[in-house]
Amino acid sequence: MTVDSVTIALVGSGGAGAMTAGQMLLDAAANVGWYGLMSRSTGPQIRGGEAAALVRLSPTPVHGPGDRFDIIIAFDWQNVERFAAELPLSEKSVIITDPSQGEVPAVLAASGAKQVELPIKELAGRIPGGRVNMVGLGAVAAIVGLPRAGIDAVIQKALGKKGDAAIQASNAGIDAGSKEAAGWNLGLELAAPNKEGATRWNISGNEAAGLGALKGGVKFCAAYPITPATEILEWLAPNLAKTGGKLVQAEDELASIAMCLGASFSGVPSITATAGPGLSLMTECIGLGVASETPVVIVDVQRGGPSTGIPTKSEQSDLNIAVYGLHGDAPHLVVGPTSIGDCLFTTQWAVHLAEALQTPAIVLSDQAMGQSRAIVDKPADAPHKANRLLATDLGGEGKYKRYADTESGVSPAAIPGMPGGEHTADGLEHAENALPSSQASDHQKQLDKRLRKLTSHDYGDAWADIEGEGEIAVVTWGSATGPSREAVRRLEAAGTKARLVAIRLISPVQPAKLAAALDGVSKVLVVEQTHGAQFHKFLRGHYDLPGKVSVFSRPGPLPIRAREVHETLLSLI
Amino acid sequence: MDTHLTDDVVGPLPGDYKSDVKPIWCPGCGDYSVLAGITRAMANMGLERHDTVVVSGIGCSSRIPAYTSVYGYHTVHGRSLAVASGVKLARPELNVLIFGGDGDGFSIGGNHFLHACRRNVDMTYIVMDNQVYGMTKGQASPTTEADWCESKLTPEGPGVNPIQPVALALACGANFVARGFSNNPNEVARLIVEGVKHPGFSVIHILSPCVTFRPEQRGWKSTVHPYGREPTDDPNEAMRAVLEDDGFGLGIFLAGNRRPFQPGSTATHSIAQIEEGFAV
Repeated sequence: MTVDSVTIALVGSGGAGAMTAGQMLLDAAANVGWYGLMSRSTGPQIRGGEAAALVRLSPTPVHGPGDRFDIIIAFDWQNVERFAAELPLSEKSVIITDPSQGEVPAVLAASGAKQVELPIKELAGRIPGGRVNMVGLGAVAAIVGLPRAGIDAVIQKALGKKGDAAIQASNAGIDAGSKEAAGWNLGLELAAPNKEGATRWNISGNEAAGLGALKGGVKFCAAYPITPATEILEWLAPNLAKTGGKLVQAEDELASIAMCLGASFSGVPSITATAGPGLSLMTECIGLGVASETPVVIVDVQRGGPSTGIPTKSEQSDLNIAVYGLHGDAPHLVVGPTSIGDCLFTTQWAVHLAEALQTPAIVLSDQAMGQSRAIVDKPADAPHKANRLLATDLGGEGKYKRYADTESGVSPAAIPGMPGGEHTADGLEHAENALPSSQASDHQKQLDKRLRKLTSHDYGDAWADIEGEGEIAVVTWGSATGPSREAVRRLEAAGTKARLVAIRLISPVQPAKLAAALDGVSKVLVVEQTHGAQFHKFLRGHYDLPGKVSVFSRPGPLPIRAREVHETLLSLI
Repeated sequence: MDTHLTDDVVGPLPGDYKSDVKPIWCPGCGDYSVLAGITRAMANMGLERHDTVVVSGIGCSSRIPAYTSVYGYHTVHGRSLAVASGVKLARPELNVLIFGGDGDGFSIGGNHFLHACRRNVDMTYIVMDNQVYGMTKGQASPTTEADWCESKLTPEGPGVNPIQPVALALACGANFVARGFSNNPNEVARLIVEGVKHPGFSVIHILSPCVTFRPEQRGWKSTVHPYGREPTDDPNEAMRAVLEDDGFGLGIFLAGNRRPFQPGSTATHSIAQIEEGFAV
């Protein structure tokens, strides 16, 4: 008997190699044709704290975390109490534990999960250079039926540079763990992979956002490190350089966004990435981008808030600041990727939109997408590129109107180097000729224009991911989309039709399009990961939602699971 | 000096770099003369207007971009150096100048000033120091004396020592540091020309009186004096001289030889090649 999905936690304090083993497990599964997702649970410690690699494998694409863990393998139990709530178990789960590390902590044992002993440390100790994580990897591989060939390729890739001894030690460890687990018959063998079909990628959300920036045409990035956004910047640093772009480490977030505005003012598409605290610091300059009509993209990889909050864990609670955080009437773009792979499309689209509409675009990713790695079908190429409308007729000496009140609201831009286009871009309110003005008529005209260029643009079908039909609908966004999609599909598999609407274009709102997507719906469930139901209130403020509206909203750091959404949907039927 | 700072040379004239916008400054403001010095410097160098970008923050002197006829970016309080760094790093071929005041540059923008000095991007910062916030009607700035009691916000005086911009610039590693006085636009222009020509980040500190909130600054005419030494390329020597000076010495303190910061950008890979790294 095989299973369609298996969820595994590799647990150990820093140095045990849980993350490495999890990474290798995911890579090996990808090699043999499975799909998968690996997220990480870590504390705020840099080294030596608790660490868990959370892996879900399946023959079909994985949208979110599993309902429960089927397998927990622990190299030690240090600090597991800190994140035990992130490790839901059932009586069907299996806890693999090293007897030398003591009893299974009560907080986990209480689940009634089956316990299996594996002398991990002893087995590793018998091997010169042996490591516990390789023994654990071998055991898990045997349990799920992962072919050895998949692991061999990973070992070669990961350890090739370290030489034969390291490879032999790893192989011996894997063999030892595998041999012990071979006879357990836990019933967790994964269904055979389907190797046919599209090329698959192994990518994290943060890497995907970086690639989206490149594909959109970004050539400049100013960066200030912050968890959990740093990997975007680290990925862009070498890769921007390879494509002729530049990344500069700035002194703070204020400088990061300001440098991006400067580069963009000079005509070079620019991006920065940050997390909540950094977004707070950037908001004044984002407003400058709105008023001066300077395009820029800010990827906000959300984490638990407010203040410094929970930096290593996920939440969707920057929605309010992203949409409403700027002072004055400051319409701008806010988009949210709906999956790890979609971080690519959505960031690329954001670059395109920011340039086309000459305004800042905030991409709301989050830790659950950004720092998770997935095996996905290679994302389709999107046509979206940075393409700023440049002025061609500059009208002669002193005649150019940078902020001309055009029908679309987009004014042809002149950038340095274009003779005749000299003007001063301004955060002060200004007249069409870019000169500062505090006149009521100029203020009204520019406010109208800046709003109109956003509301009159045709965003096409990309505004949301929509699937399914029926009278019940889940409306969601961001990384809550994965578990919501899985819940809707479960409902459908059991015979109840349901729809999923995952809104990618948060702002400007698309009332007519959502009304069409929800036509005939009698029950709406809003799903989001915030304490204050920010998304629900946002929807209520801007849309007419049909029928009876319910909300599933709770804060991080616990990920939203398909089971929870599914149960909520069942309670509504 | 091989520069020609009169209005009758062949080539562009200072007026070519002025816009027809009337400054909002008070009568007698020192910034009028600085603006004259700036346009003379631009004319002297024959800068292409379309290849020149001026960036400013917020405050009286930060209004200057609107009064010039080159490309400008009037940004937000304190961020002008960061915005300008973005311009120059992204488009190294452009001439980049930054205008601002003492509050904008050394208070809210203090962190950016520190890092602009150490980063050494090839651009020129002209900071007009009147030791007061004029735009918000007369509060103490970071260069105001500790016992200045004329502000309603600090009626007993700010109570803290003023910073010394030239010493600060040197301490932060600026590559070219000079001081001028607005009353002499030709000298201001000469300093700007030297600063622009010098590779790396140049700081031109200009004493520019606010006769509205600090009328006693009219007396600066008799306070300023030539600094009296030739420019050095040794930051330590420059610092010793600055510390011996009374803060009113005019001239070029340092013309250093640090290499400007400018990351290269030659494409070596296609995006398709980069994408291949993700394939399973």
